[in-house]
Amino acid sequence: MEVLLQKITTLWPEITLLLGAISCLVTGLHPSRAARNLTPWVAALSMGVASLLVAFVPEPTAHPLGYDGLSAYIELAVLGVGLLLLAVAAGLPDVVKQHRRSEPAADRGRFEPADALKGEFYAFFLLSITGCLMTAGASDLVWLFLALELVSLPTYVMIATTRDSSLAQESAIKYFFLGAMSAAMFLYGFALIYGATGFTDFANISATVQMQGVTPMMTVGLVLAVLGLCFKVAAVPMHVYAADVYEGAATPVTAFLAFVPKVAGFVALMIVLGLVGWPLPKAVVTLLAVIAVLTMTLGNLLAVVQTSLKRMLAYSSIAQSGYLMLGLIAGPAAVAAATSGMAIGNGLAAILFYLPAYGLATVAAFAVVAALRTNKDADAEVETYDDLAGLAKRQPVLCGVLLIAALSLVGLPPLAGFAGKVMLGGSIAQSGIQPLSALLLFALVLNSAISAAYYLRLGLTPFFGGDAETTHPRGVPLRFVAASLAAVGVVVMGLVLGSPIATAAHDVTKHAGQVPVEAVAAAALSSE
Amino acid sequence: MSLLLPLLVFLPLIFAGVLRLPLGLWRCRASTWKVSLGVAAATGLIALLLAATFDYGDAEIQMRGSIPWIPSLGLSFSYGLDAVSLWLVLVSAVVLLPVVVLASWGEKLQVGASEEQPGDFAAFLSWVFVLGAALMGVFVAQDAILFYAFFELTLIPAVFLIARFGGPERVRAAMTYFFFAFTGSVFTLAGLLYVGWVSAEANGVWSFEFDALYAAAATMSPTQQGWLLAALLAGFLVKTPMFPLHTWLPAAHEQAPSAGSVDVAALVLKIGPFGILKLAIPLAPVAAVNFAPVIGALACVGVVYAALCAWVQRDAKKLIAYSSISHMGFCLLGLFAFDAGGIGANGAIFYMLAHGLATGGLILCVGIVFDRFGTRDLTRLGGLASVAPGLAFFFVLFAMTSVGLPGLNGFVGEFLTMLGTFQSPTGVLGPAYAAVAATGVVLAAIYLLHLTAKIVWSAPGNALSGPEHTTEILKTKGKLQRREFAMLAPLALGCVLLGVFPQLILGPIEQPVAGYVADATAIANDVEPALANTPIPDSSPPLVAASAE
Repeated sequence: MEVLLQKITTLWPEITLLLGAISCLVTGLHPSRAARNLTPWVAALSMGVASLLVAFVPEPTAHPLGYDGLSAYIELAVLGVGLLLLAVAAGLPDVVKQHRRSEPAADRGRFEPADALKGEFYAFFLLSITGCLMTAGASDLVWLFLALELVSLPTYVMIATTRDSSLAQESAIKYFFLGAMSAAMFLYGFALIYGATGFTDFANISATVQMQGVTPMMTVGLVLAVLGLCFKVAAVPMHVYAADVYEGAATPVTAFLAFVPKVAGFVALMIVLGLVGWPLPKAVVTLLAVIAVLTMTLGNLLAVVQTSLKRMLAYSSIAQSGYLMLGLIAGPAAVAAATSGMAIGNGLAAILFYLPAYGLATVAAFAVVAALRTNKDADAEVETYDDLAGLAKRQPVLCGVLLIAALSLVGLPPLAGFAGKVMLGGSIAQSGIQPLSALLLFALVLNSAISAAYYLRLGLTPFFGGDAETTHPRGVPLRFVAASLAAVGVVVMGLVLGSPIATAAHDVTKHAGQVPVEAVAAAALSSE
Repeated sequence: MSLLLPLLVFLPLIFAGVLRLPLGLWRCRASTWKVSLGVAAATGLIALLLAATFDYGDAEIQMRGSIPWIPSLGLSFSYGLDAVSLWLVLVSAVVLLPVVVLASWGEKLQVGASEEQPGDFAAFLSWVFVLGAALMGVFVAQDAILFYAFFELTLIPAVFLIARFGGPERVRAAMTYFFFAFTGSVFTLAGLLYVGWVSAEANGVWSFEFDALYAAAATMSPTQQGWLLAALLAGFLVKTPMFPLHTWLPAAHEQAPSAGSVDVAALVLKIGPFGILKLAIPLAPVAAVNFAPVIGALACVGVVYAALCAWVQRDAKKLIAYSSISHMGFCLLGLFAFDAGGIGANGAIFYMLAHGLATGGLILCVGIVFDRFGTRDLTRLGGLASVAPGLAFFFVLFAMTSVGLPGLNGFVGEFLTMLGTFQSPTGVLGPAYAAVAATGVVLAAIYLLHLTAKIVWSAPGNALSGPEHTTEILKTKGKLQRREFAMLAPLALGCVLLGVFPQLILGPIEQPVAGYVADATAIANDVEPALANTPIPDSSPPLVAASAE
């Protein structure tokens, strides 16, 4: 009971978000229109308060896997990018037909709660983010599983309800079934890990693994867990849904899908692999290396041939997952580098740095796409590169944002993506698993070169393409603000804040996989 | 005083930002141009101040300084200057940047199909300044990742200059350029990260400062060095460009506006050989010696092949582009000659500077011709000597410099690189390479004289004849404006001055260059093989600083 209470005191940000979600349901279903219109602000407020509370959460006791401060780092990163995501998504339910039909009726005094969408959209938005934060705070396999499910379940609804198109329903169904399959997969993996060690809490699992080594059952459990989590981060072989789902969902929801589940997935992967610690078992390294190379290569090659912007960004997000996988293979810094206090060389720090860098650039790109409409087809969203052509003359700021986002994703200095790639490349270079690390480094740079083809097209078409003249922004000023802020974030993170963020990421991960001696002793006692 | 160097980089960069402020400040073309000229001149003045305070007797890196960037990744804005960098900075900042700004006035900027809009001129100039700043950054960086950052930063302005303001095929040309350069340079980044790791292994601290990397590289095995060299050269040789990685250059030149292609030809090409001298050779000396014959052979093929290509071009600008490729082949030969006296490497650096001045001048002359007569087609021009004597004078001067006429600076560079190649130890390069390269000199004389003869002396082509082109009209058209004189004269002066007094450059750069190629030269000449294992030979002053710190 005391442990539970102690745990709860570290959960104030999550609890705030949960309360915010409930408040959103209340205001969103309120008969008064003014109250309903408050809903996005309630969501924003609860996220703001939650991020302030991160500072007041008591210093948690040592993380069982050595990730001290992981939840605070993830909370700040996800809430920061999450606020931008909320700004992009704000007003999204208002344009759905069901909502537009119900509002006039509500004004005439016949409010039908079943038709109101606002409450559930923002509540689910907050719940999914809560899940992401709780993933980082997990200390037990059951908790981890529930947190991961909390990330995904709301997104199915968010996809299905926010767009008047059968495509949205189709992608929600696809996402749901594949998500269920992947959940079954990593749950099976978790069960095998439990079977191999006899524990569900990380401290004891890790201590047991230290004592008895990595048993075959443990390896199978890890492999299944990794494969299942690949779905969350959209990595090969679980990537097939991404293009269809991203294309079908409303653009702000797509932006959400490209960031929040990916963060949750990578944090979960860090935790699951942290159970055995680095260097990882050979089988797992091979698996991760194959996944990484296939993911980045396939993602990039398929992104090059896309003509639809959202599909291209979907494959880009797959490719970026491939880069991030390298950090998992490299693991935390070798001891020598760990003591020097430098973040470079630490693969897990690279992941933690790269995630917000990728998130900001991706949110910026999606925000621009979401803010634009084309006249061609009755005010539809922009779809292809051609729709962007020549836009820079009329919308220099939006196109500048898009260019910065594209250049950061391709990894051009001095933007955040460059620092991230330096960290990933540096960590894989030092991982010392020759000749694999050289091959992986080669794959990373070759893929960066391939990715230049489509990112450049994204960034430069607005400047140099012939003028389409059918595209225009539609007045969602918040999306402009979100896009601009995200672009500023990318620049600032690359130029000024790179060092503190990288150091923080390093501090969180430098002891990863190093189990305190007492824990091993305790596990030995309890197993006797 | 050490703040002069960051100022040199950031003044143009900040001004470029100011030029893009949406305040309506820059709607007037003339005032935009005048202010830009002022800033270019100020940048030149900073460079002159640097030159005045520089200690030429001291071969170490001077005016060092460091501003933290991302310390936890070992990245810093470390800068410093040796004589090689100083001369590159001087030529770029004092001569080329102001000249490019002067030349910009004559650009008829078209954005797509539409005529020039107010503000386009400011946009054009701002990209010119970004490019200038990035190049200064490359020259003064003392941190490998910072070097790489500026190296990559040259891409974006160059792409915008070509793709936004270039000819009809501009977007294609710009994209080709970007993909070639970016693909090459990501391998350079991988190589730098790899050396960074080797250095971290040795010292326990990640650092990308050149000195730390030089020290670490000496511990690497020849195989490791081979891969490292390949990775580093991938980026540098695309920029140089070396045959067969040169295919982006003719298109980029042809499509770029002439002020833009001066930038590309005279400046951007230089960072390739500069990177080879500064990074590739000192970091992988054994491999550099082992692979020198391969690179030398490709350079020779490039010299001859590009010269033959140049011979058959009808477009004057494309001809000059191919001549650049051919000339940069000499530069590579010099760099990889590793002759005992270091003549080749010194010649290569001198040649880089000479080529920048001469080719820049030629491109500007062709730009003026295009401006007046509406074509660069050799078959449609001719007879410039009678209608535009001023222009013809400069044209012939720059062509002769490129040919390598004794007394002009092209000769010195060509001679030294070939001498170095000739004296190169057996097993590296040698007389055979020099002989092939010498045919390049002959071919250069043929294609450049062909160019000059067609444009300056032969009977007027159809762009200059016909009833509407009376001699009077042509003479008024061909008259050199004061602005044009002001932009050609410094280049011409540079060509003559450095041709007569090559020692101005050769003297100061001798020791630093010797330091960069010391290890490789020692290995190539088999002098005291022990040197190969000592990271910091006493004879290499720039490296001594590393051990002192």
